[in-house]
Amino acid sequence: MFGYYFDLAMRSLKRNKVLTGLMVLAIAVGIGASMTTLTVMYLLSGDPLPGKSARIYYPQLDPETGADVRKNPADLLDYISAHDLWQSGKADRQTMVVFGSIKLQPGLAGQSPFMADTLATTSDFFPMFDVPFRYGGAWNAADEARGVRQVVISDVLNQRLFGGANSVGRTIVLNGTGVQVVGVLDHWRPRPLFYMLVGARYSGGDTGGYYVRPQDVFLPMPTALDINAGNFGWFSCWGKPDRMDLRNAPCESVGLWVQLDTAAKAAAYRRYLDAYDAQQRALGRLSHPANTRMMSLHEWMAYQNAVPSDVKLQTWLAFGFLLVCLFNTVGLLLAKFLRRSGEIGVRRALGATRGAIFAQCLAEAGVIGLLGGVGGLLLTLLGLWLVRQQPVAYADVVALNVPMLLLTILLAVAASLLAGAFPALRASRVPPALQLKTL
Amino acid sequence: MDMQVGPILSALRRHKAGAVLIALQIALTLAILCNALFIVHQRLSHLSEPTGLDEANIFVIQNEWVGKASYAQLDAEARADLEVLRRLPGVADVTTSNSYPLRGAGWDDGIRLHPDQLTDTTGATVYFADEHFVRTLGLKLVAGRDFRAGDIGVMAAQDRLDPSQVIVTRALADTLFHGDTAVGRTLYLAGSPATIVGVVDRLQAQSVARWAADFAHRVVIVPRRLTSTLGTYYIVRTHPGQLAAAMRAAPAALVARNPRRMFDPRMGVLSFAQVRERAYESDRGMATLMGVISAVLLAITAAGIVGVTSFRVGQRRRQIGVRRALGATRHDIVRYFLVENLLVSGSGILLGVLLALAMNLWLILRFGMQGLSPAYLAAGVAVLLLLGQAAALAPALRASRVPPVEATRAG
Repeated sequence: MFGYYFDLAMRSLKRNKVLTGLMVLAIAVGIGASMTTLTVMYLLSGDPLPGKSARIYYPQLDPETGADVRKNPADLLDYISAHDLWQSGKADRQTMVVFGSIKLQPGLAGQSPFMADTLATTSDFFPMFDVPFRYGGAWNAADEARGVRQVVISDVLNQRLFGGANSVGRTIVLNGTGVQVVGVLDHWRPRPLFYMLVGARYSGGDTGGYYVRPQDVFLPMPTALDINAGNFGWFSCWGKPDRMDLRNAPCESVGLWVQLDTAAKAAAYRRYLDAYDAQQRALGRLSHPANTRMMSLHEWMAYQNAVPSDVKLQTWLAFGFLLVCLFNTVGLLLAKFLRRSGEIGVRRALGATRGAIFAQCLAEAGVIGLLGGVGGLLLTLLGLWLVRQQPVAYADVVALNVPMLLLTILLAVAASLLAGAFPALRASRVPPALQLKTL
Repeated sequence: MDMQVGPILSALRRHKAGAVLIALQIALTLAILCNALFIVHQRLSHLSEPTGLDEANIFVIQNEWVGKASYAQLDAEARADLEVLRRLPGVADVTTSNSYPLRGAGWDDGIRLHPDQLTDTTGATVYFADEHFVRTLGLKLVAGRDFRAGDIGVMAAQDRLDPSQVIVTRALADTLFHGDTAVGRTLYLAGSPATIVGVVDRLQAQSVARWAADFAHRVVIVPRRLTSTLGTYYIVRTHPGQLAAAMRAAPAALVARNPRRMFDPRMGVLSFAQVRERAYESDRGMATLMGVISAVLLAITAAGIVGVTSFRVGQRRRQIGVRRALGATRHDIVRYFLVENLLVSGSGILLGVLLALAMNLWLILRFGMQGLSPAYLAAGVAVLLLLGQAAALAPALRASRVPPVEATRAG
């Protein structure tokens, strides 16, 4: 039966090629626009640490002693608080992060020096965030404490400096100091770069920059403080800092991430954070009212409004656009079906049930949806290509994936069946006798 | 003129669904169109905003030093560089600063009017300057005086910012003193007092991002050369027509003086036109996208109207024939379909105006957009009315060519 309807649908569609083309094009354009934006949205709002993000937390307190009291604590901690909490080892894993940049002089002749983005961190960073290594591995905790001259570099930097070869054991010069490569990362592209998601909530939705790839050079914290003093990023200061001394600066500049494997451990850590905060207050180091927080990674991403507002706006607009395309298709299908009232009347008079007419019309709408879906897929590929040409930090990750591909076809067929349902229902109500009379 | 509205309405009543669908499509199209074009306008309105600079003749060098040096050495090196640049053919003047307009990021700080104030009166961009800054950038001094060579101090990156004199923009002066004389007044920059010695007409901030929109033209210029191990910016103004040649000669001349430096291959040497291009890349991208969406949307809606009107014409060939046979002119038939379209799109547009305002309200609440300007709404209404009439015209003309003899044929 379906084969017959399909055959009828093809005949009917061929009868008016311009109109069919118009409907297919409208569906294709609507699907192309919505799937392009939806794919970008899916890629940017996904889980940066699948399977692990629920166990990652971001403790906060207000370390400031100035006259201004913030409603929400600053997005980073001062070094002393972060280091105390980190050193306590109360979490399953914990790591500090400080962003910066450093002058890198390649060891090879003929390569000129350049500025590289750095992350000063601690050895737990790599296992805690499931960071993949291509060669070597992280430095160890004991060496870290001694300020060992070792670094981990990104796959991109390894390609640039060493042509992608195993560079473990090689030396690079950072700010005039030779350091040894102990590990080279494999491709790693968390979206957003969650551990750097600070200050995004102030950006008015302009958060594209938080989707950059990870830093090129990862340094042990004590080593970084030795060789890169004065070149770290600062979030905010409440007093005059000595910019060469991050350890004692009255500034927020350190992020602390902890891994807590069970809800009980998370609750215990939360109590520990409050206790630490109260103790420091009693000692007089902290003076503001207690204001501790501990968000999970998901909560933190929502709090920071990670997904760029332009992307959200485009997604909404694209779906509005799809809606217009669907109204368009409903109108055209309705006109098309009702114009065949005579033919439908004859079929009804010859014994076709209302259900049969409905199914036949719906088959026609479904074929249009399928064709529109294929067109929409091509337009989605074009749209994603256009997004990749845009000057955005996430351009390199924008590509169609299997779930989105299937969703494209599904959405197109579902949308056109939906669009076809009302006209098909109207067509199936055409009474046989009346139509025969006018013939 | 008899508009035949009565019969049109009764005919429409018999084909409610088709008319309602077209009206809904027009309503949605209008709502999206107005808001999309308004977003385009908002994004593009910054693009032509003047920075206050003599942009056509300015280029910027980002100089990064290699190796370790004391702050005194770095300052001596920078001054030697400025001399080299100043002697290049075609160069009018040179200055050094920590940043420049549209660069993207830099030093912003709070401005207060009293030392005991708890919150800032406003935020402002801080540009470091020597006595060549105002002239090199081509800024217009509207009150007071420029810095003199003796005013300029040297400041290392970790030093406290405490200049005793500053120059401000007119925008900052107006924010602080509401039109009163600014020269001679005191402001507190990062907690320390400074006297305003001059006011420049216009100078844009370094960031064009949304968070900085509040203080886009509020700038304070401090008489300090900032020395940092990370390097500095040299801003060069050339004589007209000499820009390209000077841009080529400058890096080579600097390397010849001291090779221990680096220029970023992409960002090292930029003409101001390139700076502007980079600063507004994403705004232009968004505006283009919205423009394309609007155009395609209009095309689809027009095609839909053509399609549905054609069907109605085809459906009613016999009735048209009868009317022609009863004496209706071809004009009457064309008018019939155009008025019908006017009624349908008119009601769609009415609904669309409400929808556009609702959508705008939602965008304001959710994305912090501005209120839709009535001009955009009016333009959208006009565009859709014309589009509807134009789209209905071809099928209407075809209908008018239906011969009266059609009335006698079976339908």
